[in-house]
Amino acid sequence: MNQATAPGLTILEAGDAPPPFAILDDDGAVRADVDPALVPKISDADGLRIYREMLKVRLVDDRFMKLQRTGRLGFYMQSLGEEATHLGVAYALRQSDWVFPSYREPGIAFWRGYTLRDFTNQLFGNAEDPVKGRQMPVHHTFRAGNFVSISSPVGTQIPQAVGAARAAQIMGKDDVSVVYFGEGTASPGDFHVGLNFAGVWKAPCIFVCRNNGWAISTPATVQTAAKSIAHKALAYGFPGIRVDGNDVLALAAVTLQAAARARAGEGPTLIEACTYRRAAHSSSDDPSVYRKGDLDESAIWEKRDPLNRFGKYMTKRGVLTPAIEQIYRDEITAELQAALAAVETIGPPPLVSLIEDVYAQPLPILKEQLAELLALPRQKLSH
Amino acid sequence: MPVYNIIQAVNDALRLEMRKNPRVVVLGEDVGRFGGVFRATTGLQEEFGKDRVMDTPLAEAGIIGTAIGMALYGLRPVAEIQFADFIFPAFDQIVNELAKFRYRSGGEYPAPMVIRTPYGGGIRGGHYHSQSPEALFAHTAGLKVIIPSNPYDAKGLLLTALRDEDPVMFLEPKRVYRAARGEVPEGEYTIPFGQAKIVREGQGLTVLCYGAMLHVVMEALEKQGAAEFDPEVIDLRSLVPLDTETILESVRKTGRVVIVHEAQKTCGFGAELSALIAEKALLHLEAPIVRVCGLDTPFPYTLEMEYLPSPERITKAIADTARF
Ligand SMILES: Cc1ncc(C[n+]2csc(CCOP(=O)(O)OP(=O)(O)O)c2C)c(N)n1
Ligand SMILES: [Mg+2]
Repeated sequence: MNQATAPGLTILEAGDAPPPFAILDDDGAVRADVDPALVPKISDADGLRIYREMLKVRLVDDRFMKLQRTGRLGFYMQSLGEEATHLGVAYALRQSDWVFPSYREPGIAFWRGYTLRDFTNQLFGNAEDPVKGRQMPVHHTFRAGNFVSISSPVGTQIPQAVGAARAAQIMGKDDVSVVYFGEGTASPGDFHVGLNFAGVWKAPCIFVCRNNGWAISTPATVQTAAKSIAHKALAYGFPGIRVDGNDVLALAAVTLQAAARARAGEGPTLIEACTYRRAAHSSSDDPSVYRKGDLDESAIWEKRDPLNRFGKYMTKRGVLTPAIEQIYRDEITAELQAALAAVETIGPPPLVSLIEDVYAQPLPILKEQLAELLALPRQKLSH
Repeated sequence: MPVYNIIQAVNDALRLEMRKNPRVVVLGEDVGRFGGVFRATTGLQEEFGKDRVMDTPLAEAGIIGTAIGMALYGLRPVAEIQFADFIFPAFDQIVNELAKFRYRSGGEYPAPMVIRTPYGGGIRGGHYHSQSPEALFAHTAGLKVIIPSNPYDAKGLLLTALRDEDPVMFLEPKRVYRAARGEVPEGEYTIPFGQAKIVREGQGLTVLCYGAMLHVVMEALEKQGAAEFDPEVIDLRSLVPLDTETILESVRKTGRVVIVHEAQKTCGFGAELSALIAEKALLHLEAPIVRVCGLDTPFPYTLEMEYLPSPERITKAIADTARF
C-alpha cells in the first residue's frame, strides 16, 4: 500500500529498554565490559558499612518474619533480595537529603542511624514506639534521619517528595529529595502528577522505582504497556535509567550522578531498579496461590542475591573476611536481642496518646471523649 | 442449606449474577488470578475469563473511572477497591462523576454499577486498613450505600445491588468477613434496599447500628448484661435509602435511642439518625439520644479496641439511657 506522507506525520517511537546497567557480575567481580571510571570510589570503611547494613536488613527481616509466624508480631513486610536498593541509594546521598520512603526500604533508615530499638518498638506499637502506636508495623518515621513518615496508600509520597525538592530549591539549599515506590505504584495518578511537576520545576528530586516484578499478585506486565518504567521519565522531560537493582555499586553510581545533576540545577531523574520480590508481599500474603511454576523466578534471582554479590566483591577487594562478617552478625543479633528483650518490659501507649497529635492542641471535644474512656474500667488490649 | 461466611456469600452472589447476566464484569487490584486479597472473587476468572474478571493496574481512580465508562456503555461493572481506605484516589470519580452522571445528563447517561469494598476496624490494621467512610458517601446524593452485617444479607443485598438502576457503594465489614457465618440459601434471592432488620425486638430502648457493630451490640446484650434493659436492636443494612419508618416506629415505641457506629462521631451517620429522630419523633423521646462511636481522631493501631465502640461502652450507654 502506498503510504501517504506529510511533514510532521511521524509516529513517535520509544526505543527498546536496554538491559539494566550493572557493574558487578553475579559473582561480585567488576564486569569486564564496564569502564572502571564508572565504578564508584567507595572507601573500605563505607563498603563495609554498606555490607553491614544490608546484612542487618536481611537478619532483621528474617527474625521478624519468624516472630510474625509464631504470632508474636501482628504484621511484617520483608525486603528479601531488594536490600541493594536501600543501601546503594543511601550511600550516595547526604544526611541532609530527604527521603520519602515506601514500606520496603528500612535499610536507608538504618544507614541514617535509626536504631533497632526504635525499629522494634515501632513494630510492636508500644509506649516507646517513636510514632506512639499509631501506625501498623513497618510504617516508620525517623525525623532525625530525614526519613519521612511512611504511608500505606501507595504513591502519595511521590508528589510530596517533589514539593520538598521544590522547597529546597526555593529556599536556596542544595539538598535533594529521594522518593521510593514499587513498579505497581507507577500506575496511580500521584506518580504521573509527581513526575510532571518535577519536570516542569526541574525539581532536585530522584525517583527510585523498585521494580520487583510484582504488586501483590499482579505482575508488572499488568501495570504498564510501556517498554520500561524508566521510559516514563521521557514523557515528562527528564532522564530515566534502568539499573540492576541487585547491584549496590551500580545503584550507588547512578544515584551519585542523579544527585549531582539535581544539585547542579539540572532537574530530576527516574531510576528504575530492576530486582525481584523473592518473598511474599507481606506476612498476610501467600504467593503460592498466584505465583507458581515459571511465574516464580525466585530461584533465578537468588543467584543474583545482592548481599552475596556485594559480599563477594568486598571479599575480592580483600576487605571483608569471614571473621568480620561473623562480628557483624553477632553485633546485629545482639542489638536485636536487646531490642526484643526490652519489648517484653514496655507496655502499650497510654490512653491519652489517643487524642494527642490529632491537632497541635487537643480540641475540647477530644478531651471530653478521653474522659469518657478513662471513666470506663480499663479493657484488656487483646482481641 | 450451606453455611457461608460473608466472603463466600459475596462470591456466591457474584457468580450467580455473572452466570445470569453476561454484562456483569468484575475489575480491581488482584481480583483475577488471585481472587482478591480477601478471596471474595476466588474462581471467578477461571469460570468467566479475563474479559469479565480483570486484574487492573494499581490505580483506584483508574478502576472507578473506567468502570464508569463501562457502565455508560452498557456493562454492569463491579469494581473492587481493596480496602475502603484506598478509595480516596477515586473520590473525585465517585463523588463528582458517578454520583452525578444521571442527574447532569438529564437522565440520559445513568451509570449503574457496584463498588465493593471492605471497611472498618478491629483487624489490627492501623489507620489505613480500618476506616469507615460510609458517611462521606451517604453525604453524596446519587449514591446508594449498603452495609450488610451477615452472609445472608450480604448475598441478598449484593444481588439487589447488581440489578439496581443506581450506583451502589457496597461496604463489607471485614472484621466479621469470616467470623459472621450463617445459613445462606442456594440460588437467587434478593433483599430490597431501604429495609432495616429488627434483629431483636424489645420495649426498653432502640439501638441503631450496622455492619460489624451489630455483632458488638449483640455481645453487649449477651455477655455484658445489656439485654436486661430489653433493647430493640435494629440493623440498618441500607443507609441510603434509609428505612425511616422502621426507625421511627421503634423510637415511638421505646422513647429512647442509642446509636452505634465505628466511624468517628462528629458528622458520622449517627448525626443524621439523631437529626431524623429529633425532627420526626422528638416528643416521643424520654431520654437524650446517645451515640457510641469511634473517637474524633484518626484510627489508631495499638489502642484500636479503646477507639472502637466496645461491648462495655455500649452496655454503659444502654444502661444510662434506659435509666435516664
Ligand atoms: C492506594 C492504594 N491502593 C492499594 C493498596 C494495597 N496495596 C498495598 S501494597 C500494594 C502493591 C504495591 O506494589 P508495588 O508498588 O509494586 O510495591 P511492592 O509491594 O512490590 O514493593 C497494594 C495494591 C495501597 N496500599 N494503596
Ligand atoms: Mg512491586
